[in-house]
Amino acid sequence: MTIFSTDHKVIGKQYIGLSLFAVLIGMALSLVMRYHLVHPDAKVRLFQMLWPDGAPGGQMTPELYLSLMTMHGTIMVFFVLTTAPQSGFGNYFLPLQIGAHDMAFPVLNMLSFWTTALSFLVLMAAFVVEGGAPLSGWTAYPPLSALGKIAGPGQGLGQDLWVLSIALFCVASLMAAINFIATIIELRAPGVGYFDMPLTAWAWFVTALISLFAFAVLLAGGILLLLDRVAGTSFFIPGGLVVSDQIQARSGGSPILFQHLFWFFGHPEVYIAILPGMGVISTVLSVFSGKKVFGYRAMAYALLAIGGLGFLVWGHHMFISGMSPYSSVAFSVLTLAIGVPSAIKTFNWIATLWGGRIRFTAAMLYALGFVSLFITGGVTGLVLGQPGLDLYFHDTYFVVAHFHLIMGVAAIFAIFAALHYWFPLLYGRFLNETLGKIHFYGTFIGVYAVFVPLHFAGIAGNPRRYPDFKEYEFLKSLMPLHVGVTHAAYSLAAIQLLFFFNYFWSQRKGKLADKNPWGAATREWTHD
Amino acid sequence: MQVAILIAALAGATVLLFVQPAWWLPEAISAHAKNYDSHLLLTLWVIGVLFVIAQALLAITVFRFRDRGQQPSAVEGNHKLELIWTTTTAVIFIGLAIAGQGIWAGVHLRSSADALKIEVLAKQFAWSYRYAGPDGAFARTDVKAIDDAGGNPFGVVGGDDIIAPILRVPAGRPVELLLKSRDVIHNFFVRELRIKQDVVPGMTIPLRFTADKPGAYEVPCSELCGLGHHQMRGTLVVMPPEEFDAWLREGAVR
Repeated sequence: MTIFSTDHKVIGKQYIGLSLFAVLIGMALSLVMRYHLVHPDAKVRLFQMLWPDGAPGGQMTPELYLSLMTMHGTIMVFFVLTTAPQSGFGNYFLPLQIGAHDMAFPVLNMLSFWTTALSFLVLMAAFVVEGGAPLSGWTAYPPLSALGKIAGPGQGLGQDLWVLSIALFCVASLMAAINFIATIIELRAPGVGYFDMPLTAWAWFVTALISLFAFAVLLAGGILLLLDRVAGTSFFIPGGLVVSDQIQARSGGSPILFQHLFWFFGHPEVYIAILPGMGVISTVLSVFSGKKVFGYRAMAYALLAIGGLGFLVWGHHMFISGMSPYSSVAFSVLTLAIGVPSAIKTFNWIATLWGGRIRFTAAMLYALGFVSLFITGGVTGLVLGQPGLDLYFHDTYFVVAHFHLIMGVAAIFAIFAALHYWFPLLYGRFLNETLGKIHFYGTFIGVYAVFVPLHFAGIAGNPRRYPDFKEYEFLKSLMPLHVGVTHAAYSLAAIQLLFFFNYFWSQRKGKLADKNPWGAATREWTHD
Repeated sequence: MQVAILIAALAGATVLLFVQPAWWLPEAISAHAKNYDSHLLLTLWVIGVLFVIAQALLAITVFRFRDRGQQPSAVEGNHKLELIWTTTTAVIFIGLAIAGQGIWAGVHLRSSADALKIEVLAKQFAWSYRYAGPDGAFARTDVKAIDDAGGNPFGVVGGDDIIAPILRVPAGRPVELLLKSRDVIHNFFVRELRIKQDVVPGMTIPLRFTADKPGAYEVPCSELCGLGHHQMRGTLVVMPPEEFDAWLREGAVR
């Protein structure tokens, strides 16, 4: 196996490997953050060793906390949720499912993986440069992200590297999107029509279409932000600013313009993360209930509807941004409308199970967990999608709970389901079922224990992105809740070690798999 | 089978937690806040019912069709069912969106001509407030005149404006805040009023409310603004109107 391979299977595994590495870092950062939130005054030797400037004497500074938060979000959204479901599994299984010999452009495919890897390295470099990693969140709103060092430590070189990393990621994702689209349009085997493709292939197709338009816009936004930072332009910086007692010479830009560019990407990004998972879940539910997917065409149309509507709802991230309050009215109706295809999918999943013979394999358990989490995380979207209600919940822990459940955890459950389901094809062996089931039960209970209580912090008005809760009377009273969540997070993280052990152990020692051991009907199992 | 029970148990626990009266928003101190709470309650009921139906359907289906050696059915779809749940969810979701427009319009789409105008200035990491003095108008400002130590964060030039570090408003009178930022984006949030608005440099954003209950309320900055974001704590003091008038007169004399 060569490192610079153009083989879609190798590249798929490389993407999956990168994601698993990234998710370990992202998870470790979240644990450090949860620890700090409940022990804001603790002096920790490890922190001092890792971040000598950010944690002098082991005492974490607010800027270090914010930089960890920024990196956690960036790593998880881009290098885990965007990378594994689409580029990882898609690269490996799409050609097999539609009867293609490889992706349409193998060299471009290799290039897109290595550009993604480079982008990850550039992001990691932000940890070690002077001033440390940026602190403006994964959304990087200017002027905070545009002003440079004057806006805080990490806003210098660290933020430059962040923007560069994202721009590289956009380029890589555009290359990947073109490749997926071309492969599906041109390389379907004779007799494989669009409506003969499995729903996974449909999901990768729609996701690639979304990526093409979304990442192009984010790339533009990233380049403009970089110009504001290094070339003295003022796309996002208005006139008359006084920062750290210094009058800024820029004028004419609009901070809200960046938000429009960002969320025009950012909302479709949610679907980039979740649609491939939806495809996997449809497949796994169907295989292990012994039934065909209920309403196959409705499911395919729902994917297309979500993909299309997904570009018309970005404004719901900006209800309180200062954009025209009239546009909020339109965005809210469109946002609640996009709940409809999501609900259709949920009902179709349950209908797929109905009348079946359900085999509780580990992959199936994750798929059932996905559906439950998708409901739990989904219904709160009906609260946040209303601008009137967003007047209170915006940027509170209610939002944190909502998106972690629906975008983060649900998508990760789909990754677990996919790994258990496809492991025999990836490595010729099974992942250990018993370990997989224990891991599922622990994780399923764990994510409910972590994220359901966070809704209540949000209902109390707890703002997100606070390094500690010491300044406010109403936040002090929420500390017991946060202590409980932090302990649940420790347990949740500990149980993930079981998965990683299983993943590496089973590659070498797992039970050998026969051809098509699950009795699936799709081409990747049935054709040689 | 265990997973069916677990899904039901976790969903049940979630519902039980949500109906605990211990978890609720802080006291509502305006008519808008009260409307807000009743619409939130309606929304929570709707999503609660949807949540219970969907999770119960999932758990029951998983339990009922667990592998007992039965023959799976060959059903591949049902247009009538698809039509029913598509229409039903569409009506409920869009209906909620429309029902909720009133509270949004109340804050952002209706204005009151006689509202007391107060300018709010956010900077890393503090709030300042400016009232028009006896001349009834805001004075001119100039960034070069900014002098934080000298009590002039706005850079006011001349005039008789009153500048204060605490936001004081009269109870029962409509207020229109004019939100401005000097550096990065901040956010003005009063939990008890159920209003939240980004404060964006380069813009003046109006935010209207009428607070009914005297008292002091915390204003936590709610848009990430830098390393002091969590310490950018403002205070809103709602005063009986006559006390407020006296305070404003006194401020004008000083």
